[in-house]
Parts: sequence; C-alpha cells; structure tokens
Amino acid sequence: MSDIILEIKDLSTTVGEEKTPILRNVDLSVARGETHIIMGPNGAGKSTLGFTVMGSPVYEVGSGKIIFEGEDITGLSADKRALKGIYLSFQNPIEVPGISMRSFLRSSLQQITGERIKYSDFNKRLEEAMELIDMDPSYADRDVNVGFSGGEKKKAEILQLLMLRPKLAILDETDSGLDVDAVRTVSKGIRAYKDKYNGTLIIITHNAAILESLSVDKTHILVKGRIVGSGSGDLTDEINRKGFEKYING
Amino acid sequence: MANGKTIINDIDHTRYDFRYAESSEEYIREDDGFTEDIVKRISEEKGDPEWMRDFRLKCLDLYNKMDMPCWGPSIEELDMNKIASYVRHKSDMKNNWEDVPSDIKETFEKLGIPQAERLSLAGVGAQYDSEIVYHNLKEEVAKTGVVYTDIETAMKTGYEDMVREHFMKLITPADHKYAALHGAVWSGGSFVYVPKGVKVDIPLQSYFRLNASGAGQFEHTMIIVDEGADVHFIEGCSAPKYNVANLHAGCVELFVRKNARLRYSTIENWSKNMFNLNTKRALIEEGGKMEWVSGSFGSHISYLYPMTILKGNGSKMTYTGITFSGEGQDLDTGCKVVHSGADTSSVITAKSISKSGGIGMFRSSVVIEKKARNAKCSVSCDSLMLDSISRADTVPAMDIRAYDADVGHEAKIGRISDEAVFYLMSRGMSEEDAKALIVSGFADSVSKELPMEYAVEMNNLIKIEMSGHKA
Ligand SMILES: Nc1ncnc2c1ncn2[C@@H]1O[C@H](COP(=O)(O)OP(=O)(O)OP(=O)(O)O)[C@@H](O)[C@H]1O
Ligand SMILES: [Mg+2]
Repeated sequence: MSDIILEIKDLSTTVGEEKTPILRNVDLSVARGETHIIMGPNGAGKSTLGFTVMGSPVYEVGSGKIIFEGEDITGLSADKRALKGIYLSFQNPIEVPGISMRSFLRSSLQQITGERIKYSDFNKRLEEAMELIDMDPSYADRDVNVGFSGGEKKKAEILQLLMLRPKLAILDETDSGLDVDAVRTVSKGIRAYKDKYNGTLIIITHNAAILESLSVDKTHILVKGRIVGSGSGDLTDEINRKGFEKYING
Repeated sequence: MANGKTIINDIDHTRYDFRYAESSEEYIREDDGFTEDIVKRISEEKGDPEWMRDFRLKCLDLYNKMDMPCWGPSIEELDMNKIASYVRHKSDMKNNWEDVPSDIKETFEKLGIPQAERLSLAGVGAQYDSEIVYHNLKEEVAKTGVVYTDIETAMKTGYEDMVREHFMKLITPADHKYAALHGAVWSGGSFVYVPKGVKVDIPLQSYFRLNASGAGQFEHTMIIVDEGADVHFIEGCSAPKYNVANLHAGCVELFVRKNARLRYSTIENWSKNMFNLNTKRALIEEGGKMEWVSGSFGSHISYLYPMTILKGNGSKMTYTGITFSGEGQDLDTGCKVVHSGADTSSVITAKSISKSGGIGMFRSSVVIEKKARNAKCSVSCDSLMLDSISRADTVPAMDIRAYDADVGHEAKIGRISDEAVFYLMSRGMSEEDAKALIVSGFADSVSKELPMEYAVEMNNLIKIEMSGHKA
C-alpha cells in the first residue's frame, strides 16, 4: 500500500489575459518518501508546474486538481500550502533587501510550525544546517539573497529546505549554475533532508550529476506542457545520452 | 494577487486614537482664530518679556500680510478661523511624573513615554496641546551643565539672552506665512543647551501630543550644541483623529557649533486630519556635523523640508528619511542643503512609500555657493508604490556655483514586486505579512539609524499602515 502525498489530476494552466495555455492535462502521483525527477526541454513548463503546485497566482488553473495529503488544495494561496508542508526551491531565488536571512528564516519557521522558537535553539539549528552545506556563517546576517552569486542563491534555497523541513520539496533546477563541489554539497543537503526527515522530492533538472547520490523512484518527461513519458530512474540516463528528440517528435 | 485581495485601506490607529474629552473646567482654551487680542492674551498668560510680546505682534502683522503658499498640496480646506491657537490644562509643568494630571498621564503612558524614559533616555519632555506638562533630566546629565527645558522656562531661568539671540533668527518670520504665524502664537517646545565639550551618551527626547480637536500646536524647539559637544535629540509626535482640521506649525532651530555633533531624530505620526506645516533648520559651524533621521507617517497634508546650512569649513550633514503616505494623505517633504563653507559634505537618502491613493513627493534642493570649494553632495531618492492608484514623485533642484563641486543625484521609483510577495508567501507568510516585510526591508536603512525602541515603533507603524484593519 502506498501513501500518496501529492496527486495532480488532469491539470491544465494558462497565463495572462489571453489565457495562453502552458500545462496540458498533467497527471502525476507521488508517494511519501519518493524522489521524482522531471526533465524536459527549455520552455516545456517545468517551472510552471512547480509554481502551480506552490500556488503562484500568475498561473491560472483551467481544469484539474491538486491533491495534497488527500485534500484538494487547488484553491489555496501559497502561504496556506507552505503551512501544509509544501516547499519550492526557486529556479531564480528572489532578493529581499533589508531583511536578514536569519530573521527571515526564523519568522518563516515560526509561521510554518505555529510555534515560537527560542532564539538560541534557532541559531543552533541554523548553524548546523549551514555547516552541512558548507555555507559561511556570515551569510546568515546578510539580506535574503541580496548580492548572492547564482550558486550561493541556490545553496541558500537548500539551507531554507533544511531549516523548514517540509513534507514535500520541489527543487527547480537547484543544481544548475553550481560548480562541481557545490553540486556535491547541495546533494548532500538534499540527501540529509530526505534521510533525516523522510522528505519527498520532485526534482526538476537538466543534469544527472545531482542524482548520483540519490535513489530515484520515477522520472517524467515534460514536453510542451504535457507529460509524454514516465519511467524508472534509468530513464534519466537515457535522456542524458539521447536527448528529448524521441519525445518531441513522438 | 489573485488569491483574494488584501484590503489595506484604513488604518487601525487605536493605539494613537484614544482621547479624553477635555472638560472646560480643567482646560483653558483660546477662542478660535488669530487676532491681536488672542496674541496679547497668550503673551500675558506666559509672562513674556516685552521684546517677545512685541515680536509676537510684529509676526501677527506679517502673517496677515503674507500669501498662502501656492506651490504645494492645497491647504484650502484649512479654515484658520476654526483653529484654536492655545489650549492648556490648568495645572503647571511637572518634574515628577506622578503629579501630571491623570488623563494626560494615561495618554502618555499608552504611548509608552514614561517607560521609554526609564529605559534609555537622558531626559524627557512631554507637551500636551500647547504646553509642556512634564520635564525631567537625569541628574548626572544635569550635572554636566546640560540644560533641557521649554523656551518659556529657559527665558525665566537665566537663558533669556541666549533665547533672544537665537529665537527665529534661522527661521525668520518673513520666511513664509506659517513661520510668521508661529512667531505670533508659539507655545511650548524645547530648549536644549549642551555646553562645550559635553557629550551626552544617551538621547534626550521630547514628545508632542495634540489632543484637543480643532486646535493648533506651535511648539518651538531650540537646540544649541556648543563647541565639541555631542547630543542626540528625539522628537515624537502624535494626535488622535478628529473630523475637523488640526494644525501643526512648529519651528525647529538647531545650532551646531565648531566640531560639535547633533543628531535629530523624528518619528511623526500625526492623525490624518492634521495639516503639518512645520519648519526645521540647522546652522553648522566649522567641522560640525548634523544628522537628520526622520520617519513621517501621519498628517493629512505635510509641508516639511528640513534645511541645513553648512556654514563652517569641513561641516557635514546627513539626512536619512522615510515617508509613508496612505489614503487621503499628501505628504510633500524634502531636504534642503546650502554648502557655504569649503570642504563641506552632505548625503541625502530619502525613501517614500505610498499606498491606497497616497501621494509622496520628495523635493531636494542643493545649493553650492561659489566659496564652497571642494564640496561634496549626494542625493538619492527611492520610492515604493504599493498599488497603481498611489503616487510618488521626486523633484531635484540644484544650484551649483562652484566649479569643483562633486554632486550626484539618483532617483528610483518602483512597485512592490509580485514575485517577491509570492516568494515570501511560499515560505509561509500571509500576503499581508509578506508585503509588510518587504516594506520594512525597504525602510530598513532608516530604521537602522534609530535607537532600538524607535525602530520597533517604526516597524509597528508600518505594520499598522499595511494591515487591513479598520479603525
Ligand atoms: N508569466 C509568464 N508569462 C508569459 N509566459 C510565461 C510565463 N511563465 C511562463 N511562460 C511561458 O510558459 C512556458 C513554460 O515556461 P517554464 O518557465 O515553465 O519553462 P521551463 O520548462 O521551466 O523552462 P526552463 O528549462 O528554461 O527553465 C514558456 O514558453 C514561457 O515563456
Ligand atoms: Mg524552469
């Protein structure tokens, strides 16, 4: 018996006044503790899928449903989804001037857990998480993502993942733009999330390197807003060797 | 955002809005309007020296002759015949908090004034309507020769010459109509003298509360920081909301002598029926430093342009300010600097936030005189509009007469980013909290300049302004 944490049923989304279609009849089912990979060419709609699950108001759901832990969350705002345990690591993390990483994470954590956390406990947790992913402690007192390099922003997203410990994490190209060592530390962080907190992962990537140390349960291929193929973890290797041609023309 | 709109219209002002009706037995209230008889009565009430009484009458005459300002937001709604020039409680100024009349005491206690004093202030003054009701200076500070009282008391306790030498010399009655009015009916305010070389480590604070409806507050602040001395002065202002117009036309005159430093911080939260026509000016001698920190949240209409004259060589000025204009508010603010001495420098950093149809205008005026060799000035204005019905504008004016001046100007006007709001929401914050956090972040460069409690106060004001609660 599998415990389905996320179920996407026949989901179609549009953007803008003209209602330009992006996702088309997407079905996806993810069990607790699983790791799913989503691959697909640029502009296929991968980020859109992540944003839509997180509840971005930019994408309008035309049809279909998003079910999280058995509950229809299609109409919920992003903050409510975050409280339920969904997390999105942004492909392009946003800079928030004037707010330190530390106070941002603390208020976020308090929102999500609904509990006050002692300053000393919080700081300890933050230090540990930063150490795990090789982040200099001074970054905690910098403004959220402000002036971070591309790679540092991605690491900071993983730091947030480790601090917030969601039930489901969608990582949107967290590995792109990272140097070899950074890919390794980031995957260490992802593995820690998965092992320690029984995390469930949807990883959007163009690159197999990040997957080396993770066991993948399923791979899905998204092309022009549709899931055109799903398979076991091995599918990623095949894509990496042969590209998407077969799916695009198929 | 698509998932339900946040209503950020009216403001929960409950913390500032409570008020006690003043009973006619306990309060003295002048007739509405501004006449010679009224001015004479105020002067008599105060026991002015003759020169001050004559000065008041001259100012009134000037006031009657001058035109209304016509270049800023309209103040036509302000009916001067319906403003009481003078309101005071019958009891006198106290040095002991316990002796302050209970309605006034409770008002200030709700605003956190006595607590603030206990925490971290060297001295506190509190003005209620037209008069200072409480004044206290820590003994160890008084021992260093620092004087902190109101102008009336200063004139009666050996500082009459000093007051006379400086009173309305920086801001002259001919400056504008409301400066003239101020000269005629001024009452209360602060007098601070910091002797040579004395550094006051913790701030002095004065708090102005205009509680009466349909009244004016015309307090006068005079601060003289003698050579090599150093002080931080904080002023806070608030008023409950009434349906009739209130007027604030204070004057602040600051004298920073050789190598002295003055930091002047303001947290202003007048109610939204206030016409805030306040004038502030500072004169800086050689090597002196003036630092303005300002947070303006309240009032219906403001005209406020603190001005600094960098007279002495090597004198410096910084201005760090933020205004927040919401529904029905037209806040016309700015900063003026005149570089007169050589090697003078000024840095103006202004931020403005507008929402729900509020208008925020920032005028910067920089004058670099011919003799001000090697002057440096940088101006930056950053505006954030929270919706499409609000407005923000900047008007820079520069008059540069020295060939070697180094002057920079930068202005940015932007909207709150939906992506940033979504990003914060995806981390569990409600839309309202996300917006408030972004706005606090925007204001951070100003709140960082404030002492801790005031930074907290400012963040609270931002939260109040951002929240959907109705008053
Ligand atoms: N806000 C938007 N307005 C207009 N078009 C959009 C918007 N967001 C996405 N699109 C369009 O939707 C399509 C899918 O975009 P999306 O970002 O989801 O692609 P992706 O698969 O993540 O691509 P990449 O691999 O380059 O990150 C693209 O054609 C994009 O231009
Ligand atoms: Mg993408």
